[in-house]
This record gives sequence, C-alpha cells and structure tokens, in this order.
Amino acid sequence: MNLSELKEGQTATVARVGGDGHFRRRLLEMGFLRGTEVYVEKYAPLRDPIELILKGYHLSLRVDEAANIDVEEVRSGE
Amino acid sequence: MPEKSITIALAGNPNSGKSTIFNNLTGTRQKVGNWPGVTVEKKEGHLKTNVYDLSVVDLPGTYSLTAYSIEEIVARNFILDEKPDVVVDIIDASNLERNLYLATQLRELDTKVIFVLNMADLARERGVKIDADKLSELLDVPVVFTVGNRNKGTRDLLETIMSVAEAEIDLPRTRRVYYGKDIEKAVGELSEFIKEKTTAELPYHTRWVAIKLLENDGIVKERVLQSANPKGEAILQEAELKRQRLRDFFDEEPEIVMTDHRYGFIAGIVKEVVKTVSKQRVDVSRQIDQVLTNRLLGLPIFVFFIWAMFQLTFSLGAYPMDWIDAGVGWLGQAVGQILPEGLFRDLIVDGMIAGMGSVAIFLPNILILFFCIALFEDSGYMARAAFLMDKVMHLIGLHGKSFIPMLMGFGCNAPAIMATRTLESEKDRILTILINPLMSCAARLPVYILLAGAFFGARAGNVIFSIYALGIVLAISIGRLFRSTLLRGKVAPFVMELPPYRVPMLKGLLIHMWDRSKIFLRKIGGVILIGSVVVWFLSAFPREVQFSRDYEAEIAGISDHYRPLISAAHGDLRERLLGKKDETISGLETLQAREKIERSYIGRLGRVLTPVFAPIGMDWRGSVAVLTGFVAKEIVVSTMGVLYTVGADEDEKSEALKVALRKSNMTPLSAYAMMTFVLIYVPCLATVAVIRRETNSWKWAAFSITYSTTLAWLVAFMIYQGGKAIGLG
Ligand SMILES: Nc1nc2c(ncn2[C@@H]2O[C@H](COP(=O)(O)OP(=O)(O)OP(=O)(O)O)[C@@H](O)[C@H]2O)c(=O)[nH]1
Ligand SMILES: [Mg+2]
Repeated sequence: MNLSELKEGQTATVARVGGDGHFRRRLLEMGFLRGTEVYVEKYAPLRDPIELILKGYHLSLRVDEAANIDVEEVRSGE
Repeated sequence: MPEKSITIALAGNPNSGKSTIFNNLTGTRQKVGNWPGVTVEKKEGHLKTNVYDLSVVDLPGTYSLTAYSIEEIVARNFILDEKPDVVVDIIDASNLERNLYLATQLRELDTKVIFVLNMADLARERGVKIDADKLSELLDVPVVFTVGNRNKGTRDLLETIMSVAEAEIDLPRTRRVYYGKDIEKAVGELSEFIKEKTTAELPYHTRWVAIKLLENDGIVKERVLQSANPKGEAILQEAELKRQRLRDFFDEEPEIVMTDHRYGFIAGIVKEVVKTVSKQRVDVSRQIDQVLTNRLLGLPIFVFFIWAMFQLTFSLGAYPMDWIDAGVGWLGQAVGQILPEGLFRDLIVDGMIAGMGSVAIFLPNILILFFCIALFEDSGYMARAAFLMDKVMHLIGLHGKSFIPMLMGFGCNAPAIMATRTLESEKDRILTILINPLMSCAARLPVYILLAGAFFGARAGNVIFSIYALGIVLAISIGRLFRSTLLRGKVAPFVMELPPYRVPMLKGLLIHMWDRSKIFLRKIGGVILIGSVVVWFLSAFPREVQFSRDYEAEIAGISDHYRPLISAAHGDLRERLLGKKDETISGLETLQAREKIERSYIGRLGRVLTPVFAPIGMDWRGSVAVLTGFVAKEIVVSTMGVLYTVGADEDEKSEALKVALRKSNMTPLSAYAMMTFVLIYVPCLATVAVIRRETNSWKWAAFSITYSTTLAWLVAFMIYQGGKAIGLG
C-alpha cells in the first residue's frame, strides 16, 4: 500500500521511499525513514496536495509524489 | 577600538528564525515572515563590541547540506567556501528532531558550531522540555536558548559567540554520527587513500570529504577535482568503487543508508534530551486550518481574502486620500499665489506639485495594501495559499510554491521575482518569472484607482478587482502556453513545510509597511519628481507656438462685444451677461492651452504615438503617459496629472485630475481598456533589471518586454473594439 491511498485521519508507518534520486533523498532528509509514523491530516480542496504530519511537523506533498512512499500498518487516528 | 574581526554565519532550517536573530544581533531590519523561503540571498550585517568587529551573515534556510535550489546552494557554499569563524545553527526547538539533521551535518565540518534553540516559547507551549546541558554534553557544542521574536537570549548568544570565537579549542572529533561498521570502514579506507596515495591538499578535512564522496555529493566531487588535480580522478574512482561495493552490500544507495544512520543517531539524542511533560493541549493552528484549508470553504475563503484585501485598500484608503488630495490642491493654490506668474511658477505648480501630488495621494492605499500582504506573510497564510493553489498552478505545470512569488507580486514584482529562487527547477523559475509581472503590483494601483474612481463611481472597487482577476487569468493562460511551447518540462516535486500560524506582531507589521512605504516615498521624491519635471518641460516648450486661430484677438473681440451690453444692463441681466462673458473667455483660454500643449514637444511625440494607441481607445495624452510609465508605473499617473490638468480652473485643483479626465473624451470603456493595458504592458525598469539578473540573460528580459507589450495591446484592443461593437462606449 502507498501513502496516497490513505484516507484523512489515518496513520501509517513508512516502509520504503521510492522515486528518483534527488526527490527520494530530499524526502529522507525531511524524515521519511523506514519506521516513521505519518498521519494524513487532510487533502486540499481540489484533492491535491496532501497535508501530512510527521515527526511533529506539517508537510505538504502531491498525491503523485506520495504514491512513491510505501506504507504499512495502516490504522485510524493519530 | 575593536581589533579582531570575525565572521559569523547564521544557518538553519527554513523558517527557524535566522533572520529574526540576525536582526536582533545587528539591529537591522531584514525581512522576516512566517513561511519557508523568505530569505533568498545572504545578507551581511555588522556589530562592534569592545574587542571584536563581528560581521554576521544571514543565510537562506536549508534542510540539509545537500543543496537543491539556488538559495540553498548560496547557504551551503557560504558555509563550505567562505569558512566563517563560527557557524550559529538556529534550531526550531519545537521541531527538534528534523532540525537536528542539519545540525549533525554542520558538526561534521571543520568549523566551530553553536546551537541556538530558538522558538523556546513554542516548545514550552507544546509541553516539550529540552535538557540543554545534556544536549551540549552529548554533542560537545555550546547550546543557547532564544525567543527571537521577543528578542530574548540575544545577549547570551552574543557572549557565547565571543567565548567560542576566542577559545583555541580543538574541534571535537568524537561524539559524531557513527555510520555503522561497513560504512565506517569504507570512510576510513577512503580517508587513508586520500591521505597516503594522493597527499592532496583538500579544502576540507579528510574524513568529511570521504563521507561526502561516498554520498556522491556533486559539489564536493567538483572541488576535489579542482584542488587535488591531477590526483582528483583517482580519488573519485576509488570512491565510486567503494560506493559500488556498499550498494551491493546494502542493496541500497549508500547516501540513503547514511541518512538513516544520521536520523538514528538523532533519535538517540532526542530520547535523552527531550521530555514531553504534558500531552499536547489543543493545537490552535490545526483548528484554524480546519476552516482555512477546509475541503469546501478553503478556496472560497481564499478568494474572499484577496477580494477583501483590494476592497479594503480601495474603500478604506479613500478617506485619507481625500484629505491628502485637498492638501495637495491647497498647496498648489498657495504656492501659485505666492510666486509671481511665469515659467518658474508653472514649473513648480503644474510640473512638480501636480506630478508628485497626483501620485502622493495614493500613499494610504499603498500602506493598506502592504499591511494586508504583511498580514499574509507573517501569519503563516502564505504557505496555505500555496497549498490551496497547488492544483491550480499544476494546470500550468507549476508548483504551489510558485504561487508565493505571485502573491508577493501584488506588492512589488522585483522582490517577488527574487523569491522564485526557492524553486528547484530552472524552467519553473523562468516561467514563474515571466508571468510574475501579470500580478498587478502596487505601483499600478494608482492608475486603476484614478481611472476607476473617475469613471465607475461606486463600482470602482469591483472594477479594480476585475483587473486583478484578469491578471491572474492571463498569468495562468500565458503560463500554460509557454509551458507547452517554450519551457517544456516535467513538474518538479512539491515538498513544502506548513509552519504553524502565528499571531503577527503589530510592530513587525508596521515595520513591513513602513519599509515599503519608504520606497514609495523615495520614488515620489526621485523618479516621479524627475519624470514630472521632464514631462512638464516637454509640454511647456517651445514657448512660442503657431496657433490655428488668433486666440488673443478673439478674446479681445469678445470683451469688446460684451462691454457696451454689460454697461447698459442692470441687475439680473447684468450678472448673467458677466457670467456669459467669463464663460466664453475661459472656454477659449482652455482651448488655447490645449492647443499649445498639443503643439509642444510632448504633443508632437503624442501625435507620433496616436496611430498605435487610437485603436485601443487612448488619446495622445494617455499614450504619452503609458510611455513614461516604463520608468516606474506610478509615472503614468503623474504624467496624466501634468498633461490633463493643463488649463484647469485654479479652484478645481483638488480632484482636478478626475474632473479633467471626465471632461476629456475618455469613456468608461476606454478607461477600462487603458487599465488593462497598464496591467499587462512592459514591466517597469526595475523589474526588467531584476528579470535580467535572475534569468541571467538579456534574452529573457527582452522577451518579457515584447510579449507583455504585444499581449497588452491585443487585450486592450479586444476590449475596446469589442465593447464598442456591442454598444458600450
Ligand atoms: N513564537 C516564536 N516565533 C518566532 C521566534 N523567532 C522567530 N519567530 C517567527 O518565526 C517566523 C520565521 O522567522 P524568520 O526570521 O523569517 O525565519 P528564517 O529562518 O529567516 O526563515 P527563512 O529566511 O525563510 O529561512 C517569523 O514569523 C518570526 O516572527 C521565536 O522564538 N518564537
Ligand atoms: Mg530569513
């Protein structure tokens, strides 16, 4: 399952980050590491981008880009 | 007398408060705002103590030493190449874990580092308690707490900076990130290789170079090639070999594994130094966002905010504007009475006062507009606007982040274009730069307010808003066009932090507003003054012109005609005759003044322009006005002030320009066409210069001038001719 398939209000654990080199590295540096918990705060009014909370801060990411992040242990709530 | 000079660099994650601390330290007023990417170039400030001459450098924010966009490269290069004596890492204490990523990278360098835990207030509010002594001990760096926006902890920081600068300490080589057995082995071997096999003089210490080479860092590779010539090649080859081996072993890029290790190291530190005392109370910022970025309400609220901004600017600004207008009118009259009639008086009254005054009355509007923009910037709404608009910007193949420069463009395009430095893709940047001038800046506002006020009465506010909306629509359509032709490319990823909302500090807002207004006032005293004088000269000379009819004789004739009639009449009739005589004469005088200016140098210039501008409904005076507007857009108004009010009755001086405009053959339709033309046509001189610098090419600057002017003419043409065809004009 990947991050873009989550619904608002769900939390999941990052399993793997894909995508091309630069982008992938940036995401890792921003904290998308294996085992990190990510909470889906909301989708923007036009369904794109997504607002996420990880490591205590808010980050927005496009749906396409979020699709590069594989997640596991999906659950509801924070 | 200060004797030693040292350089301090302020580094840190975006939006962690670097510029705020910089301002506290140096007493300057660098721009501060609550969104990531406010500072896009390094700024230097100075501070003298009794021993030191400190030069403090405020850097753009970066999440790591791996640079992606121009402004990050600036920060990184400064730290690596200029080798500041002390690097002060401004850490957002309420977001410690991610901020420590850059911090650990900085500690791997040769430089002395100080950690500043800024936003200590926010951390406390969130119930996060940080054990600074422990942190300092664990990482072997001095740690200082600050609250930047309240100027707390500045003295502490300054003292720490000086004691660190003084200390001849060895840089800590221990308590650094441990990258795991296999990577450490590779780092060790590569270091050995560099030291033994090449004996190369590298600009940085060896372990760090080895780490960076294993991370495949482009810039460090380049530096190694430059400085370790001819051994550079060999070093890079060896590094690639090691990378290959690690890649096979981990089944993953080495840099990714190393990032993992850094975060692992950080997690260990965080566990030891952070205590969450209370579970988070209600998160106000999130609740605000429940409304402001709400699925249904988000976009309508956004549109409402923009609409409200312009309504406020227009309607609230109208009151003080009337006062200033009256003041300018009074000044013109007073000066007119004091000075003896003649050229000099005309220069002062009709040139300087009419020109500067016609622009100065818009100061209140400009203040309000900048106040609103500052409110967006300081509250944190800017980043939300980017979030909301990302999908729309996607239509043009751009990014939500591109929307921030566009919103700033409502203030002034020059800094807005510089703000595009935060965009990672070069094509995205150029595209954003090209469409930015379509976001109507504050300098164009006076033109709209004047014309809409003169021709649309109560609907002026909405008319002006429609002009802004037209600008946005055009920006999107033109952007799309360029994207699919000139600047094809992939959409860059949109990774943007959304900082928590903050209550803006009134002082900060006022400073923002004042700084911008100062620029406006300086313009009035500078280019606008010069522009008005030049326009006045060109309109007053040549002194002697050949009139088409003999006005003097006609006026004398009229006097002669009425004299016997008036002396024969009594009472009411006499009054009426007197009035009629004056009216006829002043009518002739106005005609004479008009004809005189039409035959002046500027009138001749105007005649040359007429064929170009007549199809879009502008007379020669309007044409000259927009031509002069290339220097600065406000000059359109001051030129109109000089050209249209010529021959106006003295007692009409206040509101004179509006009255004169209504009397000219301009109609609401042609006024609207002129407004659209001014919206779209050539960016002002300053903006063109910035475009040239930021794209590093005259070609793009020239392109921007040509496309905008062509587009402006076409749109104005369609509006004017289309409007006439359906019977508006
Ligand atoms: N609550 C709180 N807010 C702060 C503090 N320090 C700075 N701020 C606010 O944080 C925001 C960001 O400050 P800046 O100084 O512009 O941050 P910066 O690090 O220069 O940001 P960039 O130039 O974008 O990298 C502003 O709204 C400041 O008013 C602090 O200690 N506490
Ligand atoms: Mg800054």
